[in-house]
This record gives sequence, structure tokens and C-alpha cells, in this order.
Amino acid sequence: MWEVIKANQRKSWVLFSLMGTVLILLGFVIGASVSPEGGLIGLIIALAIWIIMSFVSYFSGDSIMLRMSGAQLVNHNVHPQLFNIVEEMKIASGMKHMPKVYIIPQEAPNAFATGIHQDQCAVAVTAGLLSRLNRDELQGVIAHEMSHIMNRDVLFMSFAGTLLGSIAIISQVFLRGTYYSSFSSRRYRSSSRNNQGDGVMLIIALAVAILAPVLTQLLYFAISRKREYLADASAVRLTRYPQGLASALEKISSSKLDLTTATKITAPLYIANPLKQKGKKLSDLTSTHPPISERVKILRGMQQGVNLNDYQVSFNKVKGQPELLIPATALKDKDPLSLRQGSSKKKGPISPTQQAREIGDLIRRVNDFLFISCACGLTIKLPANYNRSQVQCPRCQKKYHVQKE
Amino acid sequence: MIGLIVVLALLILAVISVVGIYNALVQLRNQVKNAWSQIDVQLKRRHDLIPNLVETAKGYMKHERETFETITQARSQAMGAQSVGDKAKSESALSGALNKFLLTVENYPDLKANQNFLSVQEELKSTENKIAFARQAYNDQVLFLNNKIQMFPSNLIANSFNFKQEEFFELEDEAQREVPEVKF
Repeated sequence: MWEVIKANQRKSWVLFSLMGTVLILLGFVIGASVSPEGGLIGLIIALAIWIIMSFVSYFSGDSIMLRMSGAQLVNHNVHPQLFNIVEEMKIASGMKHMPKVYIIPQEAPNAFATGIHQDQCAVAVTAGLLSRLNRDELQGVIAHEMSHIMNRDVLFMSFAGTLLGSIAIISQVFLRGTYYSSFSSRRYRSSSRNNQGDGVMLIIALAVAILAPVLTQLLYFAISRKREYLADASAVRLTRYPQGLASALEKISSSKLDLTTATKITAPLYIANPLKQKGKKLSDLTSTHPPISERVKILRGMQQGVNLNDYQVSFNKVKGQPELLIPATALKDKDPLSLRQGSSKKKGPISPTQQAREIGDLIRRVNDFLFISCACGLTIKLPANYNRSQVQCPRCQKKYHVQKE
Repeated sequence: MIGLIVVLALLILAVISVVGIYNALVQLRNQVKNAWSQIDVQLKRRHDLIPNLVETAKGYMKHERETFETITQARSQAMGAQSVGDKAKSESALSGALNKFLLTVENYPDLKANQNFLSVQEELKSTENKIAFARQAYNDQVLFLNNKIQMFPSNLIANSFNFKQEEFFELEDEAQREVPEVKF
């Protein structure tokens, strides 16, 4: 496992400096197009924007991500199974800290992990995911998310994300600025100094400003896709049960719901692309996640064993052409890890009303509702701000004492 | 003069490498201990859960006294075990007893629907998984340590400072190695 992390870090640095170079180039060219000596100033401004944004993302990226998604911190009582599974995966991965567990009160099935700092990592899953998956499938999903934390993907993706954001902001400001000022300043410019070098520089700057965000975005997406495969491979190594993750992915992809709190920048952090409607028509190049059908096929193809090498073999078979997915040093990992048998019963398709009820109950639990089951079979659900000390069952009129911790 | 410096340098080098290897061995031994305590925590948790499970099930399964007795016996035996080998043996016996018990539960649909029972069952299932994962981590660490103790040159230092090879935590046979089948 450690080889994967090391190789990831090396690769991350290469890509990171590549994107950084694009940003510096962008700043320089824009500065130079404004005035001949402005190159350096533009470069410094671009760097300043980047540094400030990196600071923000380093110190509060986790909480921003969690707040944006609307996730809520939960304890063991809200969903014991989820909690247990996270603890199991913590033991399996040998992580020192127990991640915090969040539930996103939404119906679309999805999950993500944050963890710029190892000791403050967190996993978040939606209520819709919990109601759809059985234990084995949920274990697969959690293992995938914990692998992102373990492989330092979260750290890298958030920094790459801010870099991408800085580039996008700078080029947007420049493009709009030149567009609006091109009419007003044309007369002034042509009369004051007829400098041809300025015009050439302006054209170069425009070209860079248009191309830079596109190029870095493609780069970002390419890395994001590779990391998804790698997280799948690590997840299977942890759970030793590829079928669980495979069928979880199938269930997630069969849902047509969009996660309303996800954005384009946060999308790569989720287990499956949360923006299905928008992402569907775009080509493979611009998608943040590999096609789910392919991921499932690779997982289902792992018949021999579950180590990283087995995943690579299955990956090559599905893709048709060998592409080195997992760092060569990690492929020495040839421990004969055998597959485990599935242990959970299949959770078949439940009726939409039943599912809506489960999700509703879960969201109520997240919001500290008090559940009292009456002898007549009715469950009374009291909101956290219910103040009276007694409650009467609406069906059988029996009275209950309300106990709050 | 030069000869003296060379000898001195070699001596210092030797001391440094001995210290380095010794520290690495200590670190490995501590990691093994830590991994073992992880397993121990989960085994204890399982022992704590079993009375709960039995209590919940008793009301529903009046004619299964034998099954309950086997479990209780296996539990007390497992709690008394000391060495790694003993523990492995008694714990796999306990797993077997639990397995059988959970198979019998299939015949009691009322029990299977009981909320209390379901939550105890979930805790038990999770503990089984945690034991399996902790065992995996422990055996990895033991392998590292034992390799270091056997291989040259660290074996010289390991022998002179009396580092001992640790036992693997292996469960008896393949069938019992499987986590007990818990149906939901």
C-alpha cells in the first residue's frame, strides 16, 4: 500500500508543478499585454491569488466541502451499521484516526471523503445511499472513500482544485476586462502610442486565457479518473470482496437523481459523478469519473484474487490495451489474497413509498427526532424542539412520557 | 595514525548500524503488540456481546437449551485462554458455536424481526469483521518482525538482545475462517 502512496505523491508533484507553470505563464502574459513591464507584476498577482486560495483550502477546505454538501455529523445511534463499517475499514486500513461520519440528508445515492489532515478526515454518505445498499455494498463504498483518504487523494484533489479555480478566475477576469474595455479604449490607445508589440502580446494573452482553463481542466479530470480506479483497487484489497463494490456502483448509477448540493469542482470527490444529467452527453475526456459500467466490469472480472496486481490484470482485460494504472512498485504486491464470500442478503428493489419512508426516518434521526414506538404499532416521531413532557398516541390515545437526554 | 582513524571510523559505523537495527526491531515488536491489542479489544467486545445475544434470544427459543449451553461454554473457555495459540483455538470454537446458533435462528421468524435482536446481531457481525481485519493487520506485522529476526544481519542483533519470533494468529480450518453467516 505504501508504494501506492509514494508513487502518488511523486506524480502529484509533477502534475501540480505543471498546473502551477500554466498559472504563472497566464499571469505573466496577461501582465505583459497590459504594459510591457507588467509581466512581473501580473505574475506576482497570479501567484498571490493562488497562495491565498491554497491557504483557505488547506485550513478550511474540509469544512467548506462538508458545509457545501449539507452534510451533518452523526453519532453511533443514528445509524449503527454505518458507524460499524467505518470502524471496520479503519482497522483494515491501519489508519490511526477514526474518521468522522456524516450523513447528507438527500435522496440521491452518493458518498465522498474529505481529509486534508489525516487526523480530521471524514466520510459522508447520503441518506439515499443508506436506504438502497446492503451491508456488503456499503462496506465497498466506505472502503473506496477511505482509500481516497489513505492514498492522499483528497489532499491532492483539493489543491489541484484550487489551482484550477485560480486559473479560471484570472482568465475570466481578463477576458471580460478586455471585452468591455476594447470599445472604450480603442481610440485612446491608437492615438497615444501605436505600439505593435502590445497588440501581439494582447493576442497571445487572449489565446492563453482561453486555452489555460480548458487544458488544466482536462488535466484535472484525467487525474481524477485515474484516482477513482486506484481507489476501487485499494477498496477491494481492504474488503476482499469486489462484488460488493460492483453492485453498489450499479445501484448508484441506476439512480437518475442529481445531488443538488454538488458542484463541478467538488464532483471529483464523490464516488460517482453526482451531476448525472449535465455530465451525460459530454465525452470521456471531460468527465471526472470513469464510466461506471467499466468500473463494474473490472471489479466483476476479478476472479483470481484481490490484490492490486489482480485489479491491474482485470483492468487490462476490460480496457483491451495495457495501461499502467497502478505504480509498478506496487504491482510487486502479489500476496495471494483470496476472495471472501458475500454475507449479506440481497436488498431487492423496495417500493418507492417504503424507500421514501426509510429516507425520511433517517433524516429525522439525523435531526435529533425522538422515536417512540407505541404498543399499537404506531411510531411517534417527535421533533427536537418538542417541549411538552407528555405525548398522546393519535391512534390509541395512550399517553407517553417524553424523556430527553 | 591513519590506521587508527580507519579503525575508529569502522567502529563508529558498526555502533551506528547496531543501534539502528536494534531500534527498528523494537519498533516492529511494539507494532506487533499494538496490532495484538487491537484484536484483543475486539475479542473482548465479542465476549461482552454474547450474553446480550443469549438474553434476547432466550425468550423466543425455549427449546434450544443445548445451543445456548455450547455458546456459553465456548465463551468462558475463550475468556480463559492465555497464549496466542490457545486463543486462536478457543476463539474459532466460539465462532463455530455462534455460526450454528445463527443458523438455528433462521427457524424463528419472530426473533429475526425483533429490533433488539437485530441490533445485537449487527454489533456481533461487525465485531466478527473487525476481528478478521485486525487479524489481517496483526499477521502482517508478525511477518515483518519474524523476517527481520531471521534475516542477516539483523538476526545477529536480534539473537544477542533476545528478540523472540511471534506466533501468527491463525484460525483452525478454512470453514471456520469464514465470518459466520449472518443473514439480515
